[in-house]
Amino acid sequence: MKYKITNYWQGSKTIIEVDELKKEYNGLTAVKGVSFDVGRGEIFGFLGPNGAGKTTTISMLCTLLRPTAGHATVNGFDVARDKLAVRRSIGLVFQDPSLDERLTAVENLRFHAMIYGVPKADRDKRIPVVLELVELEGRQNDLVRTFSGGMKRRLELARGLLHQPKMLFLDEPTLGLDPQTRHHIWEYVHQLKIEEGLSIFLTTHYMDEAENCDRVAIIDHGQLIAMDTPENLKEEIGGEVIMLSTRDNRAAADEIQNKFALKAVEVNGELSLQVADGNHFMPRLIKGLETEVASISLRKPTLEDVFLKLTGRRIRDEKIEGIEQERTRRRQRGGRKV
Amino acid sequence: MRAALMGIYTLWLRDVTRFLRDRPRIISSAAQPLLWLFVLGLGLSTAFVRGGSPQYLRFIYPGIIAMSVLFTSIFSAISIIWDREFGFLKEVLVAPIPRWSVAIGRALGGSTVAVLQGAIILLFAPVVKVSFSVPQLIFAFIVMFMIAFSMTSFGILVAARMQTHEGFQMIMNFLLLPMFFLSGAMFPTNRGLPIWMNALVHIDPLSYGVDALREILVGMGRFSLFLDLGVIILFGTVMLSVGAYYFEKTE
Repeated sequence: MKYKITNYWQGSKTIIEVDELKKEYNGLTAVKGVSFDVGRGEIFGFLGPNGAGKTTTISMLCTLLRPTAGHATVNGFDVARDKLAVRRSIGLVFQDPSLDERLTAVENLRFHAMIYGVPKADRDKRIPVVLELVELEGRQNDLVRTFSGGMKRRLELARGLLHQPKMLFLDEPTLGLDPQTRHHIWEYVHQLKIEEGLSIFLTTHYMDEAENCDRVAIIDHGQLIAMDTPENLKEEIGGEVIMLSTRDNRAAADEIQNKFALKAVEVNGELSLQVADGNHFMPRLIKGLETEVASISLRKPTLEDVFLKLTGRRIRDEKIEGIEQERTRRRQRGGRKV
Repeated sequence: MRAALMGIYTLWLRDVTRFLRDRPRIISSAAQPLLWLFVLGLGLSTAFVRGGSPQYLRFIYPGIIAMSVLFTSIFSAISIIWDREFGFLKEVLVAPIPRWSVAIGRALGGSTVAVLQGAIILLFAPVVKVSFSVPQLIFAFIVMFMIAFSMTSFGILVAARMQTHEGFQMIMNFLLLPMFFLSGAMFPTNRGLPIWMNALVHIDPLSYGVDALREILVGMGRFSLFLDLGVIILFGTVMLSVGAYYFEKTE
């Protein structure tokens, strides 16, 4: 599947070009030939469940993994042939921490600047700037070992920006962080895009975060299954989503299929179905159903619905993240956009 | 090339910074060789009545310095595995510096730390009644650095091939201790050993390092100094090249 940049970004120059990129590990194909472009100044999100191939793709773009087939350029440099030039162009925040915990914050930054060849004068200017951006200036001489998870992630973000990259890669930048820190990190990201014109490629499996991207590519089982702006993706769903819980969901789903020719998917004890005009359809639905309805609600579609429609399942691992999901669901039902 | 040199310097500086900050580690790393020297050394010297006790302490003193250098070298090199587990290695591997410069920087950093650790044992020279001139001391430092560099390179090669720290104990038992015991650090290896052990003594690269250090400090060497230094330099170079090669291929 080849996706081209949609009208929204047409005409703008691209910073990443990926053509049929593929990665196999011991006979398993983690990434099955993905193609996409990222425009300069764009926030591009890779959305997909764990194990979909997000980190593998990012690792190939960052020259950490060699692609099995296909090719990709970052800032005009080939990721397989011109590794050092690619590395100079990019900043990175990994999914797992990658700081030296036995060094202080400022030492981590200084050593980073040194291996990225930032001249000493610039180094001394940039370090306070990035520390201030992530609000760690008061802790700069403390050992990283004493930092909380959120502070470490912020320091990594500061480090990724220190050498003024053209392109910033964020692999699950907010994973495991509290909502307040997540919110903060997103503020920085938007600020960077606007103030420094930075292009950002990020992966996430948080739906609400993907909404912040200019464009989102949905990846599942190593393949891109959709790519567009969040608005357009949700538009494809059409209209609205009705969430319904009944005494017997299976019977209700059959009924809906027979009487309204609509497909209802059961997720976590609730039926979800997409309709064109929810306000008018809801009364008809309740009247038409013989199964007793316990609760019903109407909301705008989210990217979660897009994923559900494309794959027939939810994006998150329900067992592990049940609590988190419950929270997301409540938030979505409340109709608030976070 | 500038990037490579900067990479080497940065990684060296990181090792030294970490070492100087970790005072408890410096003391505890010095404690072990001192324990060997004074407790085991003095204890055993009573068994060697004929040699006379000061003679035995003098004999093992260079060996204990080599031990200190060996253990510190291998431990710093092995810390690459910890870097891998704590993620810092990724930061280095994705930096715009050639991988071989990472290997060299680590080797130089580890060696510096090992020489400093060995120097602590050198301070105890008067206690074991060893005295030397300034040129002797300088030469001793050069040899200590050569031992440190070759052993750190060897450690880097091992670490580059190891994915987790679980194999660490194995390295300790099957490589480090045999290398130390067979090196002649604690007993003379020039006569009376079984053939198999004599062969292993000759294979052990540390034998030549200990021998060189002994020749310089107390003048009781068995091989020629040229052979000693040649073997150490060759061993270090080969280990570092192979280690850098594996580093280059790390994904």
